[in-house]
Amino acid sequence: MERRELLSETPQTKPQRQRFDSVARTMTGLAPYTGSWTIAEAKHLLKRTMFGSTKADINTFLTLGMSDSVDTHIELINHPAYTPPPDPVNNYDNLLTDPQCAAGLPWPFTPDTNNVTIYTYFYRMKSLKSWWISQMLNQSRSLREKMVLFWSNHFVVEFDIIDSSTYIYKYNSLLREYALGNFKEFTKQITLNCAMLKYLNGDKNTAAAPNENYARELQELFTIGKDSMGNPYYTEDDVREAARVLTGWRLDLTNGGSANGYNSYFMPTKHDAGNKQFSSFYGNAVITGQSGTAGANEIDDLMNMIFARNEVAEFVCRKLYRWFVYYEIDSATETNVIQPLANIFRTNNYEIAPVLSALFKSEHFYDVLNRACLIKPPVDFTVGLSREFEVGFPDNTDVIAQYASWDKLRSQSSNFQLNIGDPPNVAGFQAYYQEPSYHELWINSDTLPKRNQFTDRMSANGYTNYGQTILIDVVGYTETLTNPSDPIALIDEVLSYHYALDGTPLLEAYLLSILLSGQTSNYYWTNAWDDYIGDPTNTTYYNIVKSRLQSFYRYIMDLSEYQLS
Amino acid sequence: MKRRDFLRTTVPATLLPSILGGFSVRAFAGSPLMQALNSATLNDHVLILIQLNGGNDGLNTVIPLDQYTNLSQARSNILIPDTQVLALNGYTATGFHPSMSGMQQLFNDGKLNVIQGVGYPSPNFSHFRATDIWLTGSDANQVLATGWGGRYLNYEYPNFPTGYPNATMPDPLAIQIGSTVSMALQGPASSMGMAISDPTSFYNLINGVQDPAPNTNAGKELTYIRQVAQQSSLYSTVIMAAANNITQQSSMYPTAGTNSLADQLKIVARLIAGGLKTKIYMVNLGGFDTHSAQVDTTTTTGEHADLLSKLSEAITVFMDDTIFLNIEDRVLGMTFSEFGRRIVSNSSLGTDHGAAAPMFVFGKDVQSGILGSNPVIDPVVSTNDNLPMQYDFRSVYASVLQDWFCVPSTDLNSILLQNFQTLPIIQSTACANVGIHDLNQSAGINLISNYPNPFTSSTYISFTTAGGHTLVQIFDNEGHLIKTLADGEYAAGTYKLWFENENYSSGVYYARLQNGSVQQVRNMVISR
Repeated sequence: MERRELLSETPQTKPQRQRFDSVARTMTGLAPYTGSWTIAEAKHLLKRTMFGSTKADINTFLTLGMSDSVDTHIELINHPAYTPPPDPVNNYDNLLTDPQCAAGLPWPFTPDTNNVTIYTYFYRMKSLKSWWISQMLNQSRSLREKMVLFWSNHFVVEFDIIDSSTYIYKYNSLLREYALGNFKEFTKQITLNCAMLKYLNGDKNTAAAPNENYARELQELFTIGKDSMGNPYYTEDDVREAARVLTGWRLDLTNGGSANGYNSYFMPTKHDAGNKQFSSFYGNAVITGQSGTAGANEIDDLMNMIFARNEVAEFVCRKLYRWFVYYEIDSATETNVIQPLANIFRTNNYEIAPVLSALFKSEHFYDVLNRACLIKPPVDFTVGLSREFEVGFPDNTDVIAQYASWDKLRSQSSNFQLNIGDPPNVAGFQAYYQEPSYHELWINSDTLPKRNQFTDRMSANGYTNYGQTILIDVVGYTETLTNPSDPIALIDEVLSYHYALDGTPLLEAYLLSILLSGQTSNYYWTNAWDDYIGDPTNTTYYNIVKSRLQSFYRYIMDLSEYQLS
Repeated sequence: MKRRDFLRTTVPATLLPSILGGFSVRAFAGSPLMQALNSATLNDHVLILIQLNGGNDGLNTVIPLDQYTNLSQARSNILIPDTQVLALNGYTATGFHPSMSGMQQLFNDGKLNVIQGVGYPSPNFSHFRATDIWLTGSDANQVLATGWGGRYLNYEYPNFPTGYPNATMPDPLAIQIGSTVSMALQGPASSMGMAISDPTSFYNLINGVQDPAPNTNAGKELTYIRQVAQQSSLYSTVIMAAANNITQQSSMYPTAGTNSLADQLKIVARLIAGGLKTKIYMVNLGGFDTHSAQVDTTTTTGEHADLLSKLSEAITVFMDDTIFLNIEDRVLGMTFSEFGRRIVSNSSLGTDHGAAAPMFVFGKDVQSGILGSNPVIDPVVSTNDNLPMQYDFRSVYASVLQDWFCVPSTDLNSILLQNFQTLPIIQSTACANVGIHDLNQSAGINLISNYPNPFTSSTYISFTTAGGHTLVQIFDNEGHLIKTLADGEYAAGTYKLWFENENYSSGVYYARLQNGSVQQVRNMVISR
């Protein structure tokens, strides 16, 4: 069936459906999208690929067209070669003097001081998380930061239990470096990452006392996954043998201020040099044991063996699909989208960018049935709001207030059940794997009122930290719109940028009544706005438009529709 | 474009239901309590505020029959024939618009009070600004960030929303039927009210029905979130329980959808009778901005007649329902509009933005009758002339707070931020400890007058005070306060003041006396 036929038929033959046991589905696949490229499509792309769709970004990508927009996202064009952002700094000097790092200076690669009287790790971890939020807030027009968050939910570690600030810094940097890179190499790097070695006990994995923790998660959660019944493909022997391959990796706790410090290293005496026999799932492969420093090379054999399995690409593509498109994967989507994507992944030797490119250029992605159905994850909600409403943040002349403002978004996101860097367990956030609810787990009777409270406050008094306030400047933001003097144009434009769903006439009539304070003539708003523009320092004029705009934006953000992207 | 037209022209009927589920119940709460117990003034009284959006034409609502000759000069094209004006028992000089038969009956039954000429000095003619002034209770030149109702509720429930709901106040403090909570309910820290976006959605809440969402993944998620929104409202359970307590209401209500105000008041009655302790309800009726087509060629019909008909019907059936539901003792209602309209009508069969206008207060415990006198219409009235205020709207608020919510007079200042006299609107029995004060002015006794009148350079103003705080103000014909001649404590007696024409333009001016709950306005004319 053609997509168009399906669309025209389903809603009309079954109007006012209340239960969704047979929601309209799509048969579309990875064929390149050739439809129109309007605000609706650009917004759809951006709300999924970045944290919120800002006016400036939407307009930029409108001009670029679909294909160049996606190429920009994967940094194929319009981006210089990737360089890491400046390091996080000591923002906590007002609370704790760090013996190893002065206020305002970068703390990575300086030792933690963790003892009974001073415990710097906690403050550095908060600094890193705040800084991470700032990377999202100030993201370039790229998929990279969204992918950093994706990978942090894939290659999970929990900052809380790492206890080394440079380890978690390097872990986060690794996610950013490889965000759009080669997944196979990425998997190897993450396996040898100090934070991961510590989190899944790889550092305790020796020939004499093998530890299977990482070897299991590597296969079950990071690469191969489980079958459709939830059973692992690997055998217990495969876990044991993979653990033997990975014996001998240790943590360098010494360092010394260089980027080469805080690495893992291979200790041949701790490595199991015997041959490793895998199950029929891996074609009864044998990884030949090597002794001495050559033992470190066995990990490459392990990667090659795992990545020879088709399940790896399928597993990761499904996860990407659930992150970026929707959580339900029916048989049509499996056939028309997942399998072709996995094929692209494999034929490109596990380069991530071609997969993302194919997905975001596909007619399936832009299918109207796939729009507006993603419940905004907590960070999209907080950071996205700040970006879309162009909320001003303190600059680095006051890093204490600056980091505290960033941290406000982190703590709010955490209240909404996504604490960046600290997923609840090694499987990541439940919303990405827990059947059948998936994303709906973000919204419950606790988190939804909290989301409303956050938007209410951001549209009114905002949050003040160390004398600096973050809030939506409702009047200032409105001034940046095309024609705020015309209430109809104002409503249309705001909804076009902020709602994933189309505004309905009834909603627009509501919003109009807010702007008009229940009056019936549009020119009352126009006069009020024009009065303000004509005399912007007149506080009476200012307050008239401000109070109405606060109600206006607050209502927009309180509606259930605002939770969707 | 009229709102109705907007809806009609842009909404395909089939799309209408899709956002009706966009109801938002606003209210957040936290932990402890006790603060509410500190107040000795709490009772089970409920106040219903009816906002008439747009500026109601008072002169065609409460019609001064003794001014009819001059009125027919000023607004002949919209004037209601005096023979059709509805008579009021005991007030031959004043009558109601013919669409208000229900309110006429309430008046004659002693359940409706009319306050003439309510306004404030230097009136503002912008809908937005004037609305904010009425909702916040501010001076014309003052911007307040809180509403008068919000300040009252904050006085009674100081820490809201922290600690609410609790055992003594398990219910919303205030409920707004509408899409957003009114500025009137804004407290110092947060809004004291919750909004139910419209009656249809509210009925959906009560009945647990979801509006249709599109048959897509987006629709599926939207429905899910809406369900959570309903379930997670702190107050949805108590509201639904209250609503479900009432299965039968007065049979007089019009068909749902034909009178939005009646629909709203029906919900209010249901919730009050259902047991909510909510103190304030706000409802509204829009469309009073009658710049054109206020009347048809037959002046007794047209937009304004329709609106007054709805207002009258809604209040009447609501009052009937309060008897049916046995909550008559608990309710007091009040209408207000951001301003009245000009004395002189325009050539489009309408009226433009004006100033002072009458207010209605209804309920079993009102002091029946008309407070204040008919406005005086001069033989020659110019386009920009406005009715002078007789009573400050904040005096009405003060009276409701003191005599209905039983706020001690010493605390009124903290809510209304200035000292406003209270008026005899509500029977003393409503708050047992408040003495009766029938200080309604006696017709025919001139407490303030001037000589000569008309005058050119100066005039003597004489006034009689019963003692205590006495205020004499001069307003121009647009209501601007141009001079305060007396503002202080006076011993009882008659006094004389000198008012000089400081280069004022010629025309009508008003001298206003305020002494306790007594006030009177004298028309003066400056001629050259």
